[in-house]
Amino acid sequence: MSEETTDTRRALLEVDDVTIKFGGLTALDGVTFDIKEGEILGLIGPNGAGKTTCFNVMTGVYQATSGQVRFAGSPLAKMQRHQITKLGIARTFQNIRLFKTMTALENVMVGADAHSKVGVLNALFRTPRHRRTESAAIEEARELLKFVGVGGRADELAANLSYGDQRRLEIARALATKPKLLCLDEPAAGFNPAEKQRLMELIRKVRDRGYTVLLIEHDMRLVMGVTDRIVVLEFGRKIAEGTPAEVRENPAVIAAYLGVEEDDDDAAS
Amino acid sequence: MHTFTHQFFELTITGLVLGSIYALVALGYTMVYGVLQLINFAHSEVFMYGTFATAWVFVFFDQTGVNSIGGEIGFLLIALVVAMLVSGGVALLLERVAYRPLIKKNAPKLIALISAIGASFVLSEAMGLRDRIAAWFGLEDNLGNYVGNARNNYTMPVQINPKGLFTIGDYTVTDIDVITIVAALGMMFALQVFVSRTRFGRGIRAVAQDPESAALMGVNSTRVIQLTFFLGGLMAGAAATLYMLRIGSTRNDAGFIFGVKAFTAAVMGGIGNLRGALLGGLILGVAENWGSAFLGSQWKDVVAFVLLVVILLIRPQGLLGESLGKARA
Amino acid sequence: MNRYYDFAPSGLSRGWSAFRGWLGGLLDNKPTRVALIAVGIVFVYALPLLNLPVITTSGVDFGGVMFDAAAYALIAVGLNIVIGYAGLLDLGYVGFYAIGAYTTGILTTYHFHWPFLLALPVAIAVTMLSGLILGAPTLRVRGDYLAIVTLGFGEIIRLVIVNTHWLGAAQGIDNIPAPPNIGPNAPGQGGGLFQVPHLSWGTFPNIIDVGHKTPFLKFGPIDAIPFYWMIVTAFFIVIIADILVKNSRVGRAWEATREDEDAAELMGVPTFKFKLLAFALGAAVGGLSGAFYATRNGFISPATFLLLLSELFVAAVIVGGAGNRWGAAFGGVLVAYLPDRFRSFSDWRMLVFGLALMALAIWRPQGIFPPRRTRRALAAEAQIEELEGEAVDV
Repeated sequence: MSEETTDTRRALLEVDDVTIKFGGLTALDGVTFDIKEGEILGLIGPNGAGKTTCFNVMTGVYQATSGQVRFAGSPLAKMQRHQITKLGIARTFQNIRLFKTMTALENVMVGADAHSKVGVLNALFRTPRHRRTESAAIEEARELLKFVGVGGRADELAANLSYGDQRRLEIARALATKPKLLCLDEPAAGFNPAEKQRLMELIRKVRDRGYTVLLIEHDMRLVMGVTDRIVVLEFGRKIAEGTPAEVRENPAVIAAYLGVEEDDDDAAS
Repeated sequence: MHTFTHQFFELTITGLVLGSIYALVALGYTMVYGVLQLINFAHSEVFMYGTFATAWVFVFFDQTGVNSIGGEIGFLLIALVVAMLVSGGVALLLERVAYRPLIKKNAPKLIALISAIGASFVLSEAMGLRDRIAAWFGLEDNLGNYVGNARNNYTMPVQINPKGLFTIGDYTVTDIDVITIVAALGMMFALQVFVSRTRFGRGIRAVAQDPESAALMGVNSTRVIQLTFFLGGLMAGAAATLYMLRIGSTRNDAGFIFGVKAFTAAVMGGIGNLRGALLGGLILGVAENWGSAFLGSQWKDVVAFVLLVVILLIRPQGLLGESLGKARA
Repeated sequence: MNRYYDFAPSGLSRGWSAFRGWLGGLLDNKPTRVALIAVGIVFVYALPLLNLPVITTSGVDFGGVMFDAAAYALIAVGLNIVIGYAGLLDLGYVGFYAIGAYTTGILTTYHFHWPFLLALPVAIAVTMLSGLILGAPTLRVRGDYLAIVTLGFGEIIRLVIVNTHWLGAAQGIDNIPAPPNIGPNAPGQGGGLFQVPHLSWGTFPNIIDVGHKTPFLKFGPIDAIPFYWMIVTAFFIVIIADILVKNSRVGRAWEATREDEDAAELMGVPTFKFKLLAFALGAAVGGLSGAFYATRNGFISPATFLLLLSELFVAAVIVGGAGNRWGAAFGGVLVAYLPDRFRSFSDWRMLVFGLALMALAIWRPQGIFPPRRTRRALAAEAQIEELEGEAVDV
């Protein structure tokens, strides 16, 4: 049913029959779905369903055993991770991984540097090019910090920010790499309902700026509330795909979640 | 090339003998690394103290007359036990003074390494200044035989001449060769059994695998770490006696290069892996000898280091992989 | 956690931070800052002439000691790029020092007869290149192993020198020329453009010691002070370059890589490239100091470039404060200077040094002058822990 709504838009990222095996364990088994340009796609599933594995193969951390991940038409396999970032995929981390000894602003600038070609010589001689890129990066970083809502704390050390601000800073840092696709790995983990509400607003704002968003999340209300489409995994297989309303009614999804709706355990890695 | 084909058996067998001594020292590095993920930089000094302990035992019994293994075997056993205990003791001291305060604070690795380098200087210099230290206590005359000429080579009072036992190819295997290999393999076997079969060994493996769960299961990690250092010290002490049997003299800085090579052996085999240490040691010993035959003995150490670099690049986890936690008999 | 810079807060740091706060307040005022820096630089240049009591070494030529101290400071600043900025533990740094010295020796006297000033940039370039060549394969191995691989390389370089005739083998290389003198150089008159008298503190009030002058600039075996001036100048140039590079995209990439290599890579930092860059730049500075050592000493041999020296260099960086260029430089000065100042205890100095390293590791692991960042991060973490009672862990 959902096919009609998505057909009109181009697929940005295609996961094509991807299988991943770790030793004897099959973590992903022939998973196929795609992310359309400009949408917010939710990826959900009970613990151990393969969400994080799927996430990692999409961001180039893992290589698929078979099958292919294509981004804007070109396959990701064999590409170095920083090249994938340059191509336009950015991510945040489930367990926050900021550069703790750097300020919030500098954290975002590291992301902005992804497209910079300024090297040692430019820095050493403080060339106009260096000055230009540097001030552009600062400006951009400040703007992004304001956008995610931590503008007032730009010069504080990342370690010094509150937990919620650290999560938002991660989003700003990822956006600074100028991605086409932003992947959020459980961005609401550890949030209270009010913070979750603010996060939902932020995710929508991000989409409205023209980014495509992939969201992995445990919190059903958040996923249902913010996504356009949802892909459900269980035991490494895709068991459902569709709009939030469709997925909510899907018997296979209900069966998969029966008795496990209360999962606050994030052991999946 | 000429030397190599002519002396193939000699090079290989003496390489294996030397390699088994490397392996014994490598065990200390590998166990500490397995449990703490730290390079115990001062382990070379633990070995060095063992070499002195060995020499001192012979000085103590004033062994100047007898000079064959048959006649010395009793003293050799005493020396082995004393050297193991001395090295084990130094290792325990090292753990207590240089490591435990840092482990308690959960200090970064770099700092543990600095502490270890410091401890290494202290141990080596203390041995090099042993005459001066003895003088503080007014003992320099009484202990003259032990502490005199502290900065120079300290030689065993006996030169134990090797006796040929049997011939392989064109090399006559000596009693020293046989004793070294048998003793080294025996020690390693005993250690392997200890780690894989006893309650203490289980503790070591548990901490190596997952310190936090081990602590939750009631494993006393301080005791485990102590035991790990002590066992590594025992092995280094045994290696020291075997080394003295072959080389006959030592010095306060004799440990350094030997230690680096033993560590190389541990990394080559797969650090944290007991059998890897043996394999790494043997390969290193043989490779050094073969390399010197091809290139000249002055390139011996270069061969060892190049081998290390090449293996790390091709197979960074070492030949047998890293797994103290999974050690099985 | 595989990071090297997780420090537990230390009680001893409080006194220091009070002092630093006061100093920082003073330095916030721009004219005061400029004036203070100018005075500081003049003082550094004048130091060997002042013969200050307490500081000045007895029994050893103070100018020579100061040269060594400055050379170590330079080395520590170079190694700080590798260890402090990029977080790579290089235990074979002495190898680059040796390559710099030997390139100079070979170009100026052993095989060629280039003037020193021509050989110097080549020595730096060769060392940098060797840093790239050694770094390219080794920087892919993980952190702990890097230490041992670099240790191996440091020793390989020395052994290759010992065993190669073309490099002078064990005998070393003699008669390495000094830099060209400036000004007239009449024999017996001291020479130089002009002569700078030393101070003497023997009688009160202290007087200018007209009998003891240093010619400007005459590089000879007797007076090490011109060499000191030369290396201090190089030191300041390197420091300025260090500041410029650190405060740029490059410095950010290093710091991000050091903090969390995977995250940095996923934020688009080509971490390997930047680690290699740090390695090469560090090597270049090592080569620079090696070249200076060669020209000052006039003679080099493999016996100088022992692995022990590498350990001293690393110790200098850590003691001073890895990640802080001034801290590292101070560590270098300490490591070079203390053994000479306390020569009367010379037999015991390595033992005492070892004890000092252990004590430092236990009581002040972040070094004497940790980077301001680390200090701020520490304070922040302590504060957060206090406030929250327990760390939030997801």
